[in-house]
Amino acid sequence: MKLKPFAITLDPGSSLANRTGSWRTVRPEYVDRLPPCNHACPAGENIQGWLFHAESGHYEEAWRVLVRDNPLPAVMGRVCYHPCETSCNRAQLDESVGINAIERFLGDEALRCGWKFAAPAAATGRRVLVIGAGPSGLSAAYQLACAGHGVTIHDAGPAPGGMMRFGIPRYRLPREVLDAEIRRILELGVSLELNSKVTNVPGAMRDGGFDAVFLAVGAHIARRAYIPAGSAAKMLDAISLLRSMEGGERPLLGRRVVVYGGGNTAMDAARTAKRLGAEESIIVYRRTRERMPAHESELEEALQEGVLVKWLSTIRQAGESSITVERMQLDASGKPQPTGELETLAADCVILALGQDVDLSLLDGVPGLEVKDGVVQVGAGMMTGHPGIFAGGDMVPGERTVTVGIGHGKLAARHIDAWLRGTTWVHPPPHELATYDKLNTWYYSDAPKSRQPVLDTIRRQSTFEEVVGGFDEVTAQFEARRCLSCGNCFECDNCYGVCPDNAVIKLGPGQRYQFNYDYCKGCGLCVAECPCGAIRTVPEEI
Amino acid sequence: MSYQPIRFYQTGTFTVGNRLLPDEQRSVQANMRRTNSLNSGHRACQGCGEALGARYTIDAAMEATQRQLVAANATGCLEVFSTPYPETSWQIPWIHSLFGNAAAVGTGIAAALRVKGRHDVRVIAQGGDGGTTDIGFGCLSGMFERNDDVLYICYDNEGYMNTGVQRSSATPPAARTNTTMPLGQSAGNRFGQGKYLPAIAMAHDIPYVATATVAELHDLEAKVRRAMEFRGARYIHVFVPCPLGWGHDSAATIRIARLAKETGLFPVFEAEGGRVTHVSRIKRKLPVEEYLRPQQRYAHLFRDPPRRDVIERIQQLADRNILRYRLTDGVERRA
Ligand SMILES: Cc1ncc(C[n+]2csc(CCOP(=O)(O)OP(=O)(O)O)c2C)c(N)n1
Ligand code: SF4
Ligand SMILES: [Mg+2]
Repeated sequence: MKLKPFAITLDPGSSLANRTGSWRTVRPEYVDRLPPCNHACPAGENIQGWLFHAESGHYEEAWRVLVRDNPLPAVMGRVCYHPCETSCNRAQLDESVGINAIERFLGDEALRCGWKFAAPAAATGRRVLVIGAGPSGLSAAYQLACAGHGVTIHDAGPAPGGMMRFGIPRYRLPREVLDAEIRRILELGVSLELNSKVTNVPGAMRDGGFDAVFLAVGAHIARRAYIPAGSAAKMLDAISLLRSMEGGERPLLGRRVVVYGGGNTAMDAARTAKRLGAEESIIVYRRTRERMPAHESELEEALQEGVLVKWLSTIRQAGESSITVERMQLDASGKPQPTGELETLAADCVILALGQDVDLSLLDGVPGLEVKDGVVQVGAGMMTGHPGIFAGGDMVPGERTVTVGIGHGKLAARHIDAWLRGTTWVHPPPHELATYDKLNTWYYSDAPKSRQPVLDTIRRQSTFEEVVGGFDEVTAQFEARRCLSCGNCFECDNCYGVCPDNAVIKLGPGQRYQFNYDYCKGCGLCVAECPCGAIRTVPEEI
Repeated sequence: MSYQPIRFYQTGTFTVGNRLLPDEQRSVQANMRRTNSLNSGHRACQGCGEALGARYTIDAAMEATQRQLVAANATGCLEVFSTPYPETSWQIPWIHSLFGNAAAVGTGIAAALRVKGRHDVRVIAQGGDGGTTDIGFGCLSGMFERNDDVLYICYDNEGYMNTGVQRSSATPPAARTNTTMPLGQSAGNRFGQGKYLPAIAMAHDIPYVATATVAELHDLEAKVRRAMEFRGARYIHVFVPCPLGWGHDSAATIRIARLAKETGLFPVFEAEGGRVTHVSRIKRKLPVEEYLRPQQRYAHLFRDPPRRDVIERIQQLADRNILRYRLTDGVERRA
């Protein structure tokens, strides 16, 4: 290829001598804005960041970015209620990006390929006791171990995982997946002591020579409701039912099962009952569908499996083979009020799913601890009123989800680490939010959201096989590429292209761009045509 | 058409480049070693569509001809802002002669090259809409009629911008210019006048005619590439918004061009041998008001009370284009 232009011999005086940058009254600047998915993630994942690598098919890199914030992607890719997707900007264009399913793909890919966490930082010689091997405790243990601290986890149960094992049924979370992800955390050198309930926290600290403690015992004492019941009536709570599913023997519930409550645990119990052979599995809930605390998708899946719901009903009385329910009515403030209308329902068994409380017995005699509304109070740094004792997960105020637990664990670990080093950890100032109006969506083509395969209903009603399937690689990559990269440069070359003054310097793959302020006239075209809102305009000092 | 839109490549499908695409599918403008035919330091206004369109076009032509290119340029903004003697922004062999004779100069260069046996060197003649549709029209029609081996590029900013925004025969109805002031009941430039050069070029039965805008780079580059595959007279009409003359925000240049296409006011198509062979369909049809409103040259239509009658007539022009060029047909059409 000839590169020398035809007929140019003399150098004409070049216009480069004319620094048109002096015309500028405003200047463009590259920025990284906070994508709404990252902003919404209770675990603080850098979602846009790991999707960026997944788009190129660099799955291991994507996974490594992901696990900086969350060591359980294969688990979370199954059980998280993905607030990220609810806030995804793409939802305003067509449908949100299937972040949760891609996370699962990465998590599964890591297990399949045997990717390990990076080796921990040099040992600090400090030791931290983590009480509770649920999501929050495991998350904190992982972060602390990565930072070089010695970590020991004590758990009262016979196996690690907390609610992930004893609350979430296997058809939503196969145990091989859970076991493998927990094993990978323990391989960092975290020691785990099972069947070892801590009753005296300061004592355990002293005896074990620990410098700090992270409490994450969860909430698993089932709440009761007073229901007059005949002596023959069979009643149990949802948590015991779900826990007993992890034992050898399957509980006998009978043909007609009634579940009382409207949360996610109620859904899990009703679906489990169905799988255990109940011909009828009926949820009795006192309010309406709109007011149900259960996640919409969980209710939807339960209904698909044939679970029935009796809305606006409370149980008045339970007998040997039937219960009496009363119809309710919502008053002006949305509270259910009795109507006096009674109805009898056949029921061999009633399962109570009315919420859970924290077992606070281990905190007896710990000075400085404050308990309010049944949960332990913590400061912004996740520390309780007792110096060196931190707490997180379901036992502190906040939404009770696995993801929130993981977020608490990470946050507490940051503060514990600082505390052990005699400093304080300050959250770096958050970037400005990359809202939808910052995008130029003309540049993105239409692409429908990918759907995950679902097990057929017959098998869902009779087995504990996993209901929702994962993406194959092609689908995962397609889905990742639906990401709009909100607020963060994805090197589309638009700024480099649309500048009428060649005032954008392309630095090469992975290096992004630079403005050449000698020539940039400040027209703002690059800002207007940046698809993802990664350039802003600031006034020039004149 | 030579350009296959990239399908199902969600991230930035329509962007200038794309880190995920193989090099050969990226645009010339994405290349770190593009010619930058029109270099920095030129004196075009902030956000000038003509400066942008010229670099897009000539860089693509340089690429298509392996950099064996000469250009003749009519008088107008493009010439004045790029080349205040002895300085120039052009990084190609470039000749300026007069306002009205760019096509004839192109013809002359082509003849000289033929005599010298330099078949590898290709010729471009270019100018604004004034230099093309008005004063240079005779020379251009001659160049077409003789089928001279020149690619003529018209940068259409719908007026004589360099001399301070006067009307040309490419100025659209109702637009305000300094010679079509909206005074009294008059609503700016008259309806029923002007000419549409792409159709006139097609009527000469020349090998290749195309229209394009600065809002669709991939399409524009593909058309330049395609044009260079032919010998003989070729014509590309590029729609280039002018922030100064049209009175829009300098950052809106590309958006305005996009709106001109999406409303149907500026049909984007390709014709070979006088026959339309490809039409870029409208992605999401918009009312003309969306295009008119951000431009000061139409401000008189939106006073109190607004000139609904005039806006409606402009809408009819867009609708006529949509019918005539089948701009909203379900699929990209090949004739
Ligand atoms: C014969 C002649 N008449 C008038 C002029 C003054 N003149 C210079 S540029 C120009 C208008 C150019 O308009 P257009 O071709 O549309 O280019 P634009 O500046 O809009 O890009 C005029 C009238 C001239 N240079 N030569
Ligand atoms: S007047 Fe219009 S065409 Fe001329 S340099 Fe300014 S923006 Fe460009
Ligand atoms: Mg003009």
